[in-house]
Amino acid sequence: MTKNLLTVKDLTMRFGGLLAVNGVNLEVGEKQIVSVIGPNGAGKTTVFNCVSGFYIPSSGSVMFQGKELRGKPGHLIAREGMVRTFQNVRLFKEMTVIENLLVAQHIHAEHNMLKGFFMTPGFKNREQELMDRAAHWLERVGLIEFANREAGNLAYGQQRRLEIARCMVTEPKLLMLDEPAAGLNPNETKALDELIVQLRDEQGISILLIEHDMGLVMGISDQIYVVNQGEPLAEGTPAEIQGNPEVIKAYLGEE
Amino acid sequence: MSRVTSAFVAALITLILGGFLLGLSLTSEGINLVVGPSTPGKITFLFVGVAIVFVLQYFREHVGRFTTHMRSDQRMELPSFLRSSQQQRIWTMFVIIGLLLFPFLSSRGAVDIATLTLIYVMLGLGLNVVVGLAGLLDLGYVGFYAVGAYTYALLNMYFGVSFWVALPIAGGLAALFGFLLGFPVLRLRGDYLAIVTLGFGEIIRILLNNWTDLTGGPNGIARIPKPTLFGLEFSRRPSEEGATTFHEFFGISYSSEYKVIFLYLMALLLVLLTVYVIRRLIRMPIGRAWEALREDEIACRALGLNPTMIKLGAFTIGASFAGFAGSFFAARQGFISPESFTFIESAIILAIVVLGGMGSQLGVILAAIAMTVLPELAREFDEYRMLLFGLMMVLMMIWRPQGLLPMKRPHMELKRD
Repeated sequence: MTKNLLTVKDLTMRFGGLLAVNGVNLEVGEKQIVSVIGPNGAGKTTVFNCVSGFYIPSSGSVMFQGKELRGKPGHLIAREGMVRTFQNVRLFKEMTVIENLLVAQHIHAEHNMLKGFFMTPGFKNREQELMDRAAHWLERVGLIEFANREAGNLAYGQQRRLEIARCMVTEPKLLMLDEPAAGLNPNETKALDELIVQLRDEQGISILLIEHDMGLVMGISDQIYVVNQGEPLAEGTPAEIQGNPEVIKAYLGEE
Repeated sequence: MSRVTSAFVAALITLILGGFLLGLSLTSEGINLVVGPSTPGKITFLFVGVAIVFVLQYFREHVGRFTTHMRSDQRMELPSFLRSSQQQRIWTMFVIIGLLLFPFLSSRGAVDIATLTLIYVMLGLGLNVVVGLAGLLDLGYVGFYAVGAYTYALLNMYFGVSFWVALPIAGGLAALFGFLLGFPVLRLRGDYLAIVTLGFGEIIRILLNNWTDLTGGPNGIARIPKPTLFGLEFSRRPSEEGATTFHEFFGISYSSEYKVIFLYLMALLLVLLTVYVIRRLIRMPIGRAWEALREDEIACRALGLNPTMIKLGAFTIGASFAGFAGSFFAARQGFISPESFTFIESAIILAIVVLGGMGSQLGVILAAIAMTVLPELAREFDEYRMLLFGLMMVLMMIWRPQGLLPMKRPHMELKRD
């Protein structure tokens, strides 16, 4: 068995009396695309929030590259190399496209204020590096011509792609996408599909995906987890999931 | 309610409220105070006011349409000749030269007011980092100003430290206070943060007021020496044996104006430095992070930015400018007491930032000038001065809620080939 990048065990999240997530397990190996699916309100996004440090899970463990990350604040988890997008796109709308990518590289930026004040060559070089990496990723997601536009003025599909680029400039090992295809038209979804596969094959990163678009999920996933009402329902390859009567029942209801 | 009735009711309310204030007067007859009608002039005023309210209420819809019309062309652009960066540079040079020459061409009183204005410009710019750039509402900014002022005053009183040595210490100490306050409170949001900072400002003032042994309490600290120019004093006679005064050194006759001009030029230098530093900050990674944080804190966290540290940076930097301004204030006044650091000062500085258009440096400078110079010009209206001031604020909020010159942040540009 390949070494796991992310191992989530027995994840439970309780909001007061509500058990939102109960005993969910996830395993993401290197260079894998893993999807979490389930009906609306199943607790998929809650799982995401727990894993990425936006909620502190009530119990369970989140191991990433052999490190226990449960309960760590979100920004530290992001620095470990696990970066996420949001269901409703969260760009810095009044900043330009390129600036969005510069902010994302904040931790790599030159923080010595004196160097910044006097604009030393070191400072300028570092800023140029950030700029170059940002430009490289804009090219990859096909937004280079919009670099100096305000991010809020982009079309919805472009905003989605920009959000992915913004994650990629932080050089993550695991990219977590929360419904990236929501609100996209079929062409855009297809482009997204290709982009995700490319990211895995060319960048060697793993992707954890929450998605409703079954075509997308079944087409690209290596492994699928099904969650229903906060409980794990099934796991397996796309073929196994498609044939699983439990899953079909959860999605279509009982006869 | 029909238009006539509603206008009538509004006018009646004005009449009742105004009647007590303007229509009646107290006169003393022997040992008794007698209420009687006031002068015909004031009563005329009252009825004119009532009439205005009636008319405005009657034509309310038209007035409303007029104000929304005023608001619709929102962006007040810089005049075209200021847009290209090279021309901007030339104009900036002109303005700076003008400001340098100003004290030699105008009266002593004007220079004095200008110096005061510059102090407020500096405070406004400093608070602008916290409120305008980082989006943290700080109502206790005057606390850091007080820290700066008292740092110099106390260091001088107890250890004879000179102004130039105390200046960086004051900035540093104010920054330290900013850091210490910011650390626990910056996880609070919006309103809660405002209340805590408000409390902090008051704590500082009350502490200064009550720690009589150290600070002299409400009596304040007097005889704080003025800054020197490389050890040259601006007094008529040297304060101690062996010291040289400015006019003796240059062999010119004594004039008290030198001191005023020197203080003005120093304040100008400090302001220019502040402007430059903040200008650079906006273009540095931390400036970008401030903006991003103001827009979406959650997204920042998801990208590995630590919101608390970034806010703390803004808080600390903002506080240090207040510290510099404070120590300069102490040196200029020669006397400080906790009276100078009441909440109303914080409110004025905040008003400068809001009036100027959050985040915009030029706007803040213009607003600081307006806020300090206008009340001086309006002195002839004496008791109605504050009324006028209030009116101006209300009109401003109706017509330009976004401030005089809303910020247009310099965007980083991707240049290709």
